[in-house]
Amino acid sequence: MKLRYAVPAGVLVSSILFAGCGQAGTADQQPAATSKDTGATTQTTTPAATAPNFDQAVAAYRTYATEQCDTFVKKTEEFTNAVKAGELDKAKALYAPARMYYERIEPIAEALGDLDPNIDARDGDVDAADWRGFHRIEKTLWEENTTKGLDEFSDRLLSDAKLLRAKVETVNIDASLMVTGAVELLNEVSTSKVTGEEERYSHTDLYDFAANVEGAQKIYDILKTDLNQKDAALEKQIGERFTALQQELAPFKDGEGYVSYTKLKPEEIKKLSQNLDALAEPLSQMGKLLGV
Amino acid sequence: MKGFKRQKGQEKSQYAESRNEQSDLTEKDAQPADDERSGKGKSVSRRDLLKLAGVGGLGLLLGGGGVGAVLSASQRLESMLTEADTKDVVPFYGKHQAGIVTPAQDFICFAAFDLTTPDKEQVRNLFKAWTEASATMTSGVLLGTDNENINLPPSDTGEAAGLSPSRTTITFGVGPSFFDGRYGLAGLKPAGFRELPRFQGDALDEQWCGGDIGVQVCANDLQVAFHALRNLARIARGTAVLRWTQEGFQRTAQADPAGSTPRNLLGFKDGTGNPDTSKADEMNRLVWTQTNDGPAWMGDGSYMAVRRIRMRVEVWDRSTLGDQEDTFGRHRSSGAPLGKSKEFDKLDLAATSPEGKPLTPPTSHVALAHGNGSINILRRSYSYSSGLDKQTGQLDAGLLFISYQRDLFKQFVHIQEKLARNDKLNEYIVHKGSAVFACFPGVSQGGYIGDTLF
Repeated sequence: MKLRYAVPAGVLVSSILFAGCGQAGTADQQPAATSKDTGATTQTTTPAATAPNFDQAVAAYRTYATEQCDTFVKKTEEFTNAVKAGELDKAKALYAPARMYYERIEPIAEALGDLDPNIDARDGDVDAADWRGFHRIEKTLWEENTTKGLDEFSDRLLSDAKLLRAKVETVNIDASLMVTGAVELLNEVSTSKVTGEEERYSHTDLYDFAANVEGAQKIYDILKTDLNQKDAALEKQIGERFTALQQELAPFKDGEGYVSYTKLKPEEIKKLSQNLDALAEPLSQMGKLLGV
Repeated sequence: MKGFKRQKGQEKSQYAESRNEQSDLTEKDAQPADDERSGKGKSVSRRDLLKLAGVGGLGLLLGGGGVGAVLSASQRLESMLTEADTKDVVPFYGKHQAGIVTPAQDFICFAAFDLTTPDKEQVRNLFKAWTEASATMTSGVLLGTDNENINLPPSDTGEAAGLSPSRTTITFGVGPSFFDGRYGLAGLKPAGFRELPRFQGDALDEQWCGGDIGVQVCANDLQVAFHALRNLARIARGTAVLRWTQEGFQRTAQADPAGSTPRNLLGFKDGTGNPDTSKADEMNRLVWTQTNDGPAWMGDGSYMAVRRIRMRVEVWDRSTLGDQEDTFGRHRSSGAPLGKSKEFDKLDLAATSPEGKPLTPPTSHVALAHGNGSINILRRSYSYSSGLDKQTGQLDAGLLFISYQRDLFKQFVHIQEKLARNDKLNEYIVHKGSAVFACFPGVSQGGYIGDTLF
């Protein structure tokens, strides 16, 4: 296999003729189609007509992440309070919704070193002695059906959540983090949510699924206008596939939340997974925004 | 990595080039973009051109080439190939699709896809994109132009980089469900084209059956074949999804430089009775759909039957040689018909033993498959091994049977009905998968796979 280096202009022009869009101006390009293929290999990277203003996008995303963090701390506190008060049913009910605020901004948490494992590690992700956070509490709540013995885990979870809130102010967010973060969120869904591995005791995976997708969509929304200027077809396709995935997810809504993962039929899981892949593929092309 | 074609002005290391924005800019400044050159002074960027062309996400995967770039793709590719490469290339374009009468390569990656789009235009675009990608990959060239851009996923998945084209062929067909009315093509379905009837003894499993589109990728290297299939699946994302896949193998040319008839996993030579693919008139009679056979779009095409046949190898391994040879109707060692000594000795079903019993049992595989010799098909099968049957701990191994024929029912079904009822081999095999595809005629440069249908 050899590397195809660049696309000669003749091919590009022929694609216009072939696509037959009938747009005005096509005829103007015709002479170029017959121009000799020079075989030039200059990388055809042309600067965007208008360079995206990433400062604005980064600021918008930081605002979003901070808002999510604020609510995350609040909801985590309600959850841990319920655990510590021995209110089992209430704790179970608050568990998945609280996590959604975290799942929406997971790329930020991952950029913050140990916070992600401390908050979100699953059994086996870290040494047993170090295992704490949501899933440690989840295991006891659902497996043992009790809140006993969770006080220390609850306190540490809340303090980790607060630490995340404090650090989000200063975390270095750049355009690259946003662009790759959107795909990472969907990759999260692809590897652990759509398989039901994330919430192995509570089976609340669809909450995480929805939140990851919402977090990715937020990034797309922020970058949408710039992306449209850079590559309108790509922007449109990503938008359509977000819609398709949301539609696929909609039937599993249950009030404010989502049905248990155990209710999904294998066919439905497969379809969700395929729609996710269909979205993540063009989403991974958002790097075009970075002036390539 | 072998094979990086660098031309003038591209001498820098790839790292310096792709990771150093400054030098990138310098280069741009020093050299006008070729878009500008060919645009007769008009400054039209590549991206603007793509926008004008309305290239969708499929095109994006293919880099600049895009959906519509079929016209001169092959000329462009040819110029990139060295002489050493071309002898390892089976031409993608031609009157017939490659991969049918092409001598069987060592490996196969077969895939059935289901379309997920309701939009005929998107299906057409998929075939255009697949054509471009197939012509590129069978030539041994990586897809797209974004393979050195650190800000993007590479446009080619890369596992075939540096590898030879390996005589890759990619063959496309559509199943009966393709004509179910979603795309307004029901009227163009060839008369009588439908899934195969249920044969006696069939134990079909949904996970190995059917599909809107069938793609047969064959190559002399499994990694190269897998690469092609994976990229086709990637290009299809959002338009079509994989329904089932099966990899298969034969002995390699390295293991058998003489290229003798391959053996199946039961140890017997398989394919001795195949028609001679070098005889054009025989292929026209047996394999290629003639223009007056049915709809015009199928002229020079062929019908493919695919059966995933599990072999009960454990049972076979404890049957006697005599029983095995009676089952096939051939000698295991030589492949010769029973009572003969050479593989290609003429089959004589009337020959009897001194006691008056037929030398070749009438229920043997070869006797039934041969019949009176008037009906034949072109077989292009591969062995498969897919791990264990979890329930029994036995090997899930067997034959990915593929045949091409001009008429599915007069040829394949006719033969298979006889086999299904009486074949001694049925004791040792079970048909688990089934699919049929109407394979398009070949595509000419500037056209795309399926253009006679669309």
